[in-house]
Amino acid sequence: MVEKSIHEINRRIKDGSVNVVTAEEMVGIVAGIGAESAAKEVDVVTTGTFGAMCSSGVWVNLGHSEPPIKMQNVWFNDVEAYTGLAAVDAYIGATQLSETLGMEYGGAHVIEDLLRGKSVDVHATAYGTDCYPRKQLDTTITLNDINQAVMMNPRNGYQKYNVATNSSNRTLHTYMGALLPNFGNATYSGAGVLSPISNDPNYETIGTGTRIFLGGAQGYITGEGTQHDPGNGFGTIMVQGDLKKMDPDYVRAATFQGYGTSLYLGIGIPIPIINERVAQATAISDADIPTDILDYAIESRSRPKLGQVTYEELKSGMIDINGKEVPTSPMSSFKIARKIAGELKNWIKRGEFFVNLPIDRLPIDSLVKPMLQTQETPLVGEIMSGDVVTIKQDASVHEAAKKILESAFNHLPVVSRTNSIVGIVTAWDISKAVAEDRYDLVKDIMTKETITAVPGESIDVAAYRLDQNRISAMPVVDKDDQVIGIITSDDISKLLARRC
Amino acid sequence: MKIKINVVTDIVVKPIIAEAIIETGTLLNISQAHIDSTKGEITADVPKDDFDRFSKALISRGVEIIVLDKPILRDEDECVECGACVSVCPVKVFTFGEDWSVNLDEGNCIQCGTCIEMCPHGALALEQ
Repeated sequence: MVEKSIHEINRRIKDGSVNVVTAEEMVGIVAGIGAESAAKEVDVVTTGTFGAMCSSGVWVNLGHSEPPIKMQNVWFNDVEAYTGLAAVDAYIGATQLSETLGMEYGGAHVIEDLLRGKSVDVHATAYGTDCYPRKQLDTTITLNDINQAVMMNPRNGYQKYNVATNSSNRTLHTYMGALLPNFGNATYSGAGVLSPISNDPNYETIGTGTRIFLGGAQGYITGEGTQHDPGNGFGTIMVQGDLKKMDPDYVRAATFQGYGTSLYLGIGIPIPIINERVAQATAISDADIPTDILDYAIESRSRPKLGQVTYEELKSGMIDINGKEVPTSPMSSFKIARKIAGELKNWIKRGEFFVNLPIDRLPIDSLVKPMLQTQETPLVGEIMSGDVVTIKQDASVHEAAKKILESAFNHLPVVSRTNSIVGIVTAWDISKAVAEDRYDLVKDIMTKETITAVPGESIDVAAYRLDQNRISAMPVVDKDDQVIGIITSDDISKLLARRC
Repeated sequence: MKIKINVVTDIVVKPIIAEAIIETGTLLNISQAHIDSTKGEITADVPKDDFDRFSKALISRGVEIIVLDKPILRDEDECVECGACVSVCPVKVFTFGEDWSVNLDEGNCIQCGTCIEMCPHGALALEQ
């Protein structure tokens, strides 16, 4: 097997004879001359990715104030940062939202503003000690004024990501963007052929200590990322770099409507071709990277899988989901991913960037675990009222009024002749009909698009749905749309009150 | 061509659009309409050849017409060309070029605004 030492590769970088190609170019090279010859010919393959990396943030050290303060809470442009450490260190997390602007502005925007040289207002409070007497601080700083601004991201550079789509009849606002109703679209993330980890899935060159392109500057991989899941093809990396040296083109704040803020970050990882196996791995193409299509309408960590597609199919702009042609869009920029792989290639060619082997290897087959939950969440079926009173759609408003008075409920699910749910009528609907002298049938005054719950779902999901739809009760239905109970916001608040 | 028709309060109850269509025989293609008791705002496509006659017919009835040259505006500094907008647009205003640039064909835009909500970088806006 062809083998090459890292020193040999770095010597070629130094003397300018290095042969660097991007991971996209490598596909054709290996197809043309084979992995063995490619391993001899090519010294480094560059990768790149540019997309939303929510688990990102920056450590700042503000320098000591006079008189000194040990910050207990701190805000940058009204975005709270973590300061549970000594004195004037704080971590600005990308997804923390502004307390005044909400989702429009968050930690990611503070980071981008700092990088762009803008002034940022700092407000800090403290309890005061003998060594740090100050209790409050307000100042305005720029990136130049602070000692350190170190980007340290616990989870970046996902090997690949799921495709998101939506089977429900309403638009979902997610970290994968707007998902239109009834499979109206599907969104995906990741650079496919240029994805760093996909090009070294055995982690032979990507590991702790690997020097990388991070936000336009040189940075490092510090270890496996959180939720690193290489056993399922979802590896991640933890990275670190100096924000002061970064380029705002590759560090961009974003807002996903209805979700919050995130940081679009550029990462490029060089893969030194140390042997034939590594060369073969970098020949991976979009067609070789399959990923699952998940239904984000299901509010569970185990979303149902609707099928599998490759990045080649995703990039074609249209995929097939259960026989339906669904348009796709990426949430990450392939154009900028390419630019990053190209820029890293130029750095290496110009002798400005040297490659290294990891100090430690990352786990290559570990699996991510779900949360251990010691308190079980009750299900809708456990707390709903089973003695629900329903009314037929052809009943009169008068009958409905009587039923509401006789039962303890303000809501009557309306059912068809076969007892399937067709609507809901409330005490308010009836009052309104009476006030307007409309003594019609229930079906004329009921709300037709009924929001329902199912017995097997968690009450947290039911509570979120009540809240989103600004309603106070939902009929609980079985799989045949038969009403088997009703769950009200009162039921849920009573339960929560008991829990506390 | 894309136009915006603004109808003021006192005439919002009259069937002026219908009158203008009947009078001029214009095949007006309405893509957006927001009408309430105070005002009406309609976005529509009108065949180029009919524009002069049709707008005259409307203006004589007290309606304001704005020609939308660029119904959708993109801030090039904010756009990262991810293409998130591509799949949500019902009329394919956004397409990828060979080099993965996101191209914009504003002529198709019906100003539904879906892409504006989708864009993670706040790069899109409607021409008002």
